[in-house]
Amino acid sequence: MNYKNVFIKGAISSEFIGNSIAKHQSKTNIGAHNIFLGQVRADKIEGKVVAAIEYSAYEEMANKNFHEIREATFEKFNLTCMHIYHSLGLVKTGEICLFVFVSSPRRKEVFKALEYVVEAIKADVPVFGKELFEDESHQWKVNS
Amino acid sequence: MTIEINYFGMIAEVTGCNSERMSVSEGAISDLKGMLVGKYPALKNKDFRMAQNQELVSEDTLLTGQEIALLPPFAGG
Repeated sequence: MNYKNVFIKGAISSEFIGNSIAKHQSKTNIGAHNIFLGQVRADKIEGKVVAAIEYSAYEEMANKNFHEIREATFEKFNLTCMHIYHSLGLVKTGEICLFVFVSSPRRKEVFKALEYVVEAIKADVPVFGKELFEDESHQWKVNS
Repeated sequence: MTIEINYFGMIAEVTGCNSERMSVSEGAISDLKGMLVGKYPALKNKDFRMAQNQELVSEDTLLTGQEIALLPPFAGG
């Protein structure tokens, strides 16, 4: 079975995020949106500064997991719609690598739903991050 | 049977390839893991989980011939 592709090549632009918000103006049963943006942080590790993260994924399994998270979230919360986008490839510090967008008639649902989705993505989806330092060495990121 | 095995992240650095096909006799995930650690001794010190047919599986799961993946710690988001 083919699942919806969540991955975007490179960073997620503010324009893409803005357009995504604008597209919801026609859905007038929505009263509340909530958005999570994951941004690549310039962590300092043993004196070296992270310059970018190169993301890779077991894409078929990851898209299946994103689909399962989506289904579980709609079961648990009263949402009108939900969108997830994750970067693949190089994302520089300060750029956006994860965009989660949930919408509902009411605010309380979106606060709870967004946290649930983001935590599930961090724990359950086979995405891997190679932290590239300014001196071109690297280490592998692990979600805490 | 011949199984396709996929490697990701730091595991692919150890194996030096993203994917390979291996001929294995029937058995469990633990048997395949033993073969892979034999072929790539550095895997012994790496933290990874295994998936069969895109589902995480435990060591006692039987091999079905479907695609296997070695997955290092997740880092999405």
